[in-house]
Amino acid sequence: MRGREDEWTGLMRSAMAGDDAAYHRLLKAVTPVLRAAARRGLARAGQPPDQAEDIVQEILLAVHLKRHTWDSEAPFAPWLFAIARNKLIDALRRRGRRVFVNIDDFAETLPGEAPQETASAGEVAAQLGTLPQRQRDVLQSIAVESASIKDTAAKFSMSEGAVRVALHRGLAALTAKLRDH
Amino acid sequence: MDTDQLIRSLAADNAHRAPRVGAMLTMALLVAAPLSILIFATFLGVRPDVMTAMRNPFFDMKFAVTLSLAIPAIIVSLHLSRPEALMRGWGWLLLLPVGLLAVAIGSEAMMAPAMPMTMRLVGKNSRVCLIAIPVMSLPLLAGALFGLRHGAPAHPALAGALAGLVSAGLAATLYASHCTDDSPLFVATWYTLAAALVAAVGALVGSKVLRY
Repeated sequence: MRGREDEWTGLMRSAMAGDDAAYHRLLKAVTPVLRAAARRGLARAGQPPDQAEDIVQEILLAVHLKRHTWDSEAPFAPWLFAIARNKLIDALRRRGRRVFVNIDDFAETLPGEAPQETASAGEVAAQLGTLPQRQRDVLQSIAVESASIKDTAAKFSMSEGAVRVALHRGLAALTAKLRDH
Repeated sequence: MDTDQLIRSLAADNAHRAPRVGAMLTMALLVAAPLSILIFATFLGVRPDVMTAMRNPFFDMKFAVTLSLAIPAIIVSLHLSRPEALMRGWGWLLLLPVGLLAVAIGSEAMMAPAMPMTMRLVGKNSRVCLIAIPVMSLPLLAGALFGLRHGAPAHPALAGALAGLVSAGLAATLYASHCTDDSPLFVATWYTLAAALVAAVGALVGSKVLRY
């Protein structure tokens, strides 16, 4: 457990220093842990586990947009789990439940326990449709078609800077819509 | 969009760098401050006998009290803008103005009273104080909330209340240079009431706008 968390902290430091691949690896590494915790939280609240993926995606978006609040001298895991807890409580509250989230939901995930399949997540996809055309196009291109920023810029005859701006604004808008809907 | 696809788009956005919350809060307060100063200059202004007043330690004490509220409130609000932060170990910073006031009240009580206690307590400006501090706080409160929105506070209402204390502390610093009531008893009563009011508004608004 200690080793895994130290590895996360190292990856996040590299990510903040500009290593996109390290960031990608980190997000991939934390996702199964978040998924298992979200399922446990839902089960505890008597909710079906099929909404876990929506919660995982909300957590990932919040992690991304708030990563400047992480202190690079501090370990990454407590920061991550605090965001995850916050988003899980939020999600359960939206579904009209009084919630009690156990801190241990996030602290004691056994490595083998994480289900590997990616369940369908409806909320992000649904909100994607409400974004302005340009942001939606850019997000589709980069996320779904796995095009690079450069290729996306060429495809829509935009500058790479404009693609970056549209991508970031799209992600921020998605997060706001998920929070407020 | 499945989660792998979302992760791909997040990684592609890794180059985006947001400013720190402290930078955002400072900027927002600097933008809001001229508005509060404008309200102050239009309706209140510095008291005419300020040069003599500055020789009165109880006049100077007012600024020590208001700044010892504003500055620690800024520090604590920035601490709490991190998602994993706890209040534990930080709350005592907010007791600083309380301690200062207690010392000031004690030293005033030891001196031969210039006025009866009820007059020092009620003063001449209690109503102005209760209105002016919250009104001058409003632009600063909006600024503080805007700045803190950039963070990720675990307890939005608490963070909002701190934004209220930041703005009330700064507004009270302006107000202190206008008000002719220098007794620590007056400050302890009316400034505190005004700050509590602003903190309550901050908590209410914060619980809505500081969720991330």
